[in-house]
This record gives sequence, structure tokens and C-alpha cells, in this order.
Amino acid sequence: MTGTLPHDPYNIIITGVGGQGNVLASRLLANMFVRMGHKVTIGETFGMSQRGGPVMSHIRVSSQGAWSPQIPRAKADLVVALEPAEAIRVLADYGNPGTTSVVNMRPIYPVGVLSGEAEYPAPEKVREVVTALSGRAYFLDATAEAVKLGNPILSNIIMVGAVAGLNALPVDTELFAEAIRQSMPASRVEANLRALAIGEALVT
Amino acid sequence: MSTDVMREEGVEVLLMGNEAMARGALEAGVQVAAAYPGTPSSEIIETLARQAETGRLYVEWSTNEKVALEVAAAASFAGLRSLCVMKQNGVNVASDFLLHLGGSGTRGGLVLVTCDDPGALSSVNEGESRHFARLLEIPLLEPGDFQEAKDMVRWAFSLSEEIRNVVMVRSVTRMSHASGNVVLGPLPPRGPKAHFDFSGPPTDPDRGMIISVPVVEKHRGQQAKLHMAQARFEESPFNTYSGPEHPELLLITSSACYLYSREALSLLGVEDRVGLLKMGTTWPLPTEFMTRQLRRADRVLVVEEVIAFLEERVKVLAAEQARRVGIKTFYGKSDGQIPSVGELNPDLVMAAVGRILGVEVPALPAPYQDALRAAAGLAPKRELTFCPGCPHRASFWCINDALRRDDRDGFVCGDIGCYSMATLNPATGYRTTQTLHSMGSGTGLASGFGKLASFGLDQPVLAVCGDSTFYHAVVPALINAVHQESEMTLVILDNCGTAMTGFQSHPGSDVNAQGAPSPVVDAAAVCRAIGAQVVVTDPFDFLETRETLNRLMEEGGVKVLILRQPCALSPEKKGTKDFHMHVETDLCRGDTCGCNRLCTRVFRCPGLIWDEGTGRAEIDEVICVGCGVCADICPADAIVRGEVVRS
Repeated sequence: MTGTLPHDPYNIIITGVGGQGNVLASRLLANMFVRMGHKVTIGETFGMSQRGGPVMSHIRVSSQGAWSPQIPRAKADLVVALEPAEAIRVLADYGNPGTTSVVNMRPIYPVGVLSGEAEYPAPEKVREVVTALSGRAYFLDATAEAVKLGNPILSNIIMVGAVAGLNALPVDTELFAEAIRQSMPASRVEANLRALAIGEALVT
Repeated sequence: MSTDVMREEGVEVLLMGNEAMARGALEAGVQVAAAYPGTPSSEIIETLARQAETGRLYVEWSTNEKVALEVAAAASFAGLRSLCVMKQNGVNVASDFLLHLGGSGTRGGLVLVTCDDPGALSSVNEGESRHFARLLEIPLLEPGDFQEAKDMVRWAFSLSEEIRNVVMVRSVTRMSHASGNVVLGPLPPRGPKAHFDFSGPPTDPDRGMIISVPVVEKHRGQQAKLHMAQARFEESPFNTYSGPEHPELLLITSSACYLYSREALSLLGVEDRVGLLKMGTTWPLPTEFMTRQLRRADRVLVVEEVIAFLEERVKVLAAEQARRVGIKTFYGKSDGQIPSVGELNPDLVMAAVGRILGVEVPALPAPYQDALRAAAGLAPKRELTFCPGCPHRASFWCINDALRRDDRDGFVCGDIGCYSMATLNPATGYRTTQTLHSMGSGTGLASGFGKLASFGLDQPVLAVCGDSTFYHAVVPALINAVHQESEMTLVILDNCGTAMTGFQSHPGSDVNAQGAPSPVVDAAAVCRAIGAQVVVTDPFDFLETRETLNRLMEEGGVKVLILRQPCALSPEKKGTKDFHMHVETDLCRGDTCGCNRLCTRVFRCPGLIWDEGTGRAEIDEVICVGCGVCADICPADAIVRGEVVRS
């Protein structure tokens, strides 16, 4: 096994909105951990969720075995939010004073906000609340970077790249790249590898 | 998604619970697999379908769950190992055949995998399939982790062949849709040749006819099979105990709740006080094994989803064995320690164990709790909605408009699919469907409403259904409506696939589950043959669709309007744009328009946003899929379809 975990299990939540590539990002990250020799449990909330609802992947990395596919409350070590309001939602349930948060600041507005029935928090408020609920917090414009790469969906891989750059837990980007190569058509590999490198550079 | 399902024996890979169960079936040498899609069960068949090209197995998406079980049973009768898969409410659909199948018995191993959805994460019910195992007297297994999901399905085939009856394996969303490490086992050589042998006397289980009569005799035989399974369960490695020899509390659990319970005990630090009994064989419970376990402690907590199935069986067993196990205090759903609705998690189990033992649940530091209070309510609710570019949004826009123009208080009976969201306000700015039950029920209800004119009902009656639902359960209801001379209009929301569950094929598709070309059963032709008037329109053409619907509502008899437009997530549409949409800010009159923000308040496509700064509508380039439909709803013509510039 390569790299010792800071906690066992080490609990990661990747959160976002249906359609942001949350499930793919979590599978790729989890596959990398398995290649590193860890035991991984993933719990995913999807199904109806591709219709614009919140999507959460709970990833539990351990040297031991299977854990609950739902992370207990207040037990997230790392929160990767593909959408800012989802960062607040997840931290409210799973955050603790030691949580590391990485947030893509591009909002996707719920229909209630678009119709004027609900309010979306201002970017400064998001930063303030996420900082207060995290030990360390990073705010990125991953979608803008992904659009520069030609496809906004790549923000998911940029965010995973950021996880690699953080050094919050041992990550092997070469094994991650291998997971990308194995699970995607060749035409998409190059852009995804670039997204990975961009994300890593954004936090270092 | 995983490419690891077919790797070699001995390799440890990350598999989704559904993939693990599919691998278990392959390791058992399954030759036929049939199912109707339904979340969270669909990936089992999808995984197997990818192996069908090897020619070792046949896989199909059947018209509905009852037919799927019949197809799987036929393979079993011909001596093959076969698998049938469905979500919880699918068992209701299949239950009539299942009742008789339990009585007749099987030949080749036949395993029924049911995937329940505690908390209804993607269902409109949280029904339990486990009760069918008891009701219909067939053995029930429940895997407690991912390795077991694979191993248990493999073993279920052997058990089925040994007792000559169908065996049920019950999963839940947090098992089927969760993933974990699994060590793969060997794949067997090719299975036997299919042959249905009926050459023997009627009572010969191997060579006679396969029927459930004489009923009482067959029923007796079925119960003997259940006792054989129970005897196997006494020694089953799927039932495990961990903890002290004589704990203060014995926690009995199954399925995903095992993982919740194990973690709860660890978080509370009470593993030396509480014994954890994980049951994999939950019906019928092995009497001697359970008696030994129950003797460990006077206090027993049962943790399970959703209703008290295991809890009640344990209580019955404890009563029967009262002399041997002594008097117990039970905790669980009946005394409210464990919720009897919704899904569980480690925190709910931790709270229950904490209360019973008088142990405090660890809390977060006070300053962090203050920060949590300050953050409360800041994240706006994210309601489910139709996807950007979804044909259903356009269809319901037309239906709603037609009902308004008709102005006779007409209503729509809803059905099961993404379009169920038309019962909710957030998906569109209005509620369109007024009833919502099981698949096909919208049309059955409309058939009934449409006969109430003689009692004074003078409202136009409409029903909606999806294309896959049409084949699944609508056809008999439509036949009824025509034959009974009901007055109703059925709108088939044809998005060209079983879209909600991941775009599986159905009888109207030109490919089958294995990806091979397949004859199309044309829904319009079926409706015409039944005797209904049929019109097909494109819901993206608002004017024609609305006027057609208004005309049909004026006419008598049974009418069918097929609204055909592929799902926005369909493989042919995904990632492509027909138009580059933009808002002419000079033309958008904002709040002075008088349209009351029709685009963002009523149409509610997530691709349309409202810029509070300028007070004008805008297109969110990242979200918009360029279907172009919103251009037709803007009274000021401010939303414009532009040409897509291809790079």
C-alpha cells in the first residue's frame, strides 16, 4: 500500500448538482485509491438526482474493509463541492472543525431561486460560512477553467486535481490518470488529463 | 461503468453492489436474465447485458416484471440457471405468478433479486419486498456488504437447485448503488443444453409437468422445501456474530443496516458492551442458531429497514423458544427506538443504542455549533425539476395551456416516470397531474372517471403515461376504456426509451437489451388496433400540439395523443445543441412586461436565469442545451434561437 491515511476511514464527500459529473469523479477517485491498495466504500445518492437535485458521493478510504455507505454526521474529512450552495448544505450535516473544503464557486441556481421564491447566498457569504465550518477552505473557479478547456463538465476533474494538489491525503495522480485512461474513450483522455493538471496547479 | 466485473479469479476490484450481484450470477453460470428496469436495480441487467455477446447468456428487458419472471422461470423449467431482477414494487406486479411458481417449484436454479428503496430516494413508495418471501413461502437472503452481495447470489443458485424452488435475494439502494472492494471468484464453463422434460408422471419434479396442483399436496411440498432451506441456514456463513460472549445488549440486524450498526457501535465506543448479530438468511430464521444467539443477552435491539420484518420474526421465535432463551426486553420499531419509516443511517442507530445504554453521543464543540446555527437555512432548497431541454416540460406546457383554454375544469391522471414531477409545483409553475399511483394506473383511473358522465361528471378526463409504461401496464387499461366506451384522452409522453432509469430499451425500441436490432412494436399501431383515435405530434411544436389536444378533448370516445420527442439525456441528444440561445436584452421588458416572468417563474427551465441587477432574463450558457423551446413562450420575442457555431 502506498501512503498512510491521516484517519481511518478517511471520509470524502463529493457534492454537486445532477449533471455535473459527480458520480464519474467519485468513481475515478475511488478507483485510484483501490489501485493504491486501499479498501474503499462509496455511497452515492443518484437516480432521480440527474433532474437537477443535489448529488452526493460519500467515499470512505480505509485499510480495513467496508464501512457504512453513508458517512455519519460531522465526520467528513474532505468536502469537494462542485457547486457553492451544496458546500454549505453538506458542511451543515457533515462538517467538523477539521474538515478541509474545496469549493467550485460557479453557482447552479435551483428553480426556486430562478422563480424568485428562494434566495441564493452571495459569494462573500459562501466564503464566510464555508471558512467558518472548515479547518481549511479553498475557493476555485473550476467551471471558468473548464470552459477555457472547451467543456464546462471538466470542472469535476479540475476539482479532483485540486484534491491531489492539497496534500490532505496521499493521492497518486499517475494512478488517477491510469483510471481516466481505462474508463474513457481515447478522444476524451487528453482534455481530462489537462483538467487534472490545471486543478492541481490551482491550489499549489 | 466498471470494466472490472469480468476480471479473473482472485483479483480484488471495486464493484457497485449491483455489479457484484451480476458477477455472482455469472460465477453461478447464469444463462438467462430478465428484468424490467427500475431504480435501484437496473445496473444488474445492464452489467449482464454487456456479457451477452459472448453467447454464454441471454439477457432481456421484459415488458414488465411479471413477464420477466415468467421468462426466467421458463429457462429454469428447461434446466438452466436464470435470474430475474426488479425493484420493490415490481414484486407486486410479479406476485401473482410468483405465488403459483412457489407452488409449482423450479428446476434449474432460479434467483429473484429485489432491490428495495428505503426512504424512496427514487420511488414514490418505500414498499418492502421481504414480506412477499414470507407471504409466498420462499427463502429470503439479504447481503450485508459488497463481497457478500456477490457470494450470496452465487450461493442462492445452489440453494434454489437443492430445494427446487425460487430463492429471493433482497438488496436496498445503499447496497445496490454503493460500491466496495470485492474479491472475484472463478467463472464456470458453459452451462447445460436447454430441454424441457415432461415425459414423466405429473408428480415427478424432474420430468413431470410443472404446475401448482394438486394444491394442498404441492403446498405441503413447498413448506418442506422451506424447511430444507432453514436447515441450510443453521450453518450459513452469512450469519455472523461479533462481540462479547454475554453482552449487555444484543443488536440483530441485516442488509445495509449491518454497516450502519457496526459503525454506530464503533463511534459510541461500546463494542465491548454490545453484541452484533448480522443475519444474512432472514426468512425462515434458523431456529437453533437464533436460540443460541438469543441466550447471550436479556436485552435485544433489532435494526432494519423499513418495517419490522426481522423484529417480528425474532419475537415469534423468542416466544416459541421462551423456555430456552428466557424473558427478553425488545427494542426496535415497536417501541419507537428505531424509526419505522424512511431509511436509517449510523446516527439513528447510534442515538438508539446511546439511549438504551445511557451513553452520551459525542457532540461538536460549542463554537462550531454556533457557526452551524449561523449557516442554517442559507443553502436554498434544490427541488427536483425537469432537465434543461426535457420534452416533458414542453408537453406539460401544452397540456396545461390546452386545459386552460378548454375551461371545463379538466384534469390529468398522472403516472410513474420523470413526468411524475408534474404533480409537483417546483418542476413547473403549475400542477398538472392530480392523481399518482402505480404504473398504468393513470389510464385505469381515467377509464373509470370517463364512465361517470351519467352521474354528472362533466369534466374532460386526461391521462399521461410514458412510452415504456405504455407497454408495461397501460395496454390493458386502454383496452378496457375502449371496450367500456369510456370518454378519455390518453397522452403518451414518448421520449423514445425507458429514460428515467438510464435509457433501457422497451418494445417500441429498435434494439434490445443486448444491443441487437429488434422488431419495433409501434405504440400508435397498437392503440389504433385497440380502437382508439390516434394523433402523433412533436411537443416542441406548441401550437400544433395544443390545438390537437383541444380538438381531441372536444371529441367523444377514447383518444390517444402521442407526443414524440427524445429525452434530452438520450445518447443521440446528449452533448449536442440545436440552437445557440440568447436573450435580446433590449426586447426583454423585465418586470414591466406584464408576463410576470413567464420564463423563470412558470416555464422554469434551469437554463433560463433572471439577472436581478439588470432585471432581465438571461441564458445560462453552461446549463442551456439549446432545444430552442423557450423562444416560443416569450411574449416579447426577446428569447432568440441563434445558429450553433461549430468549432
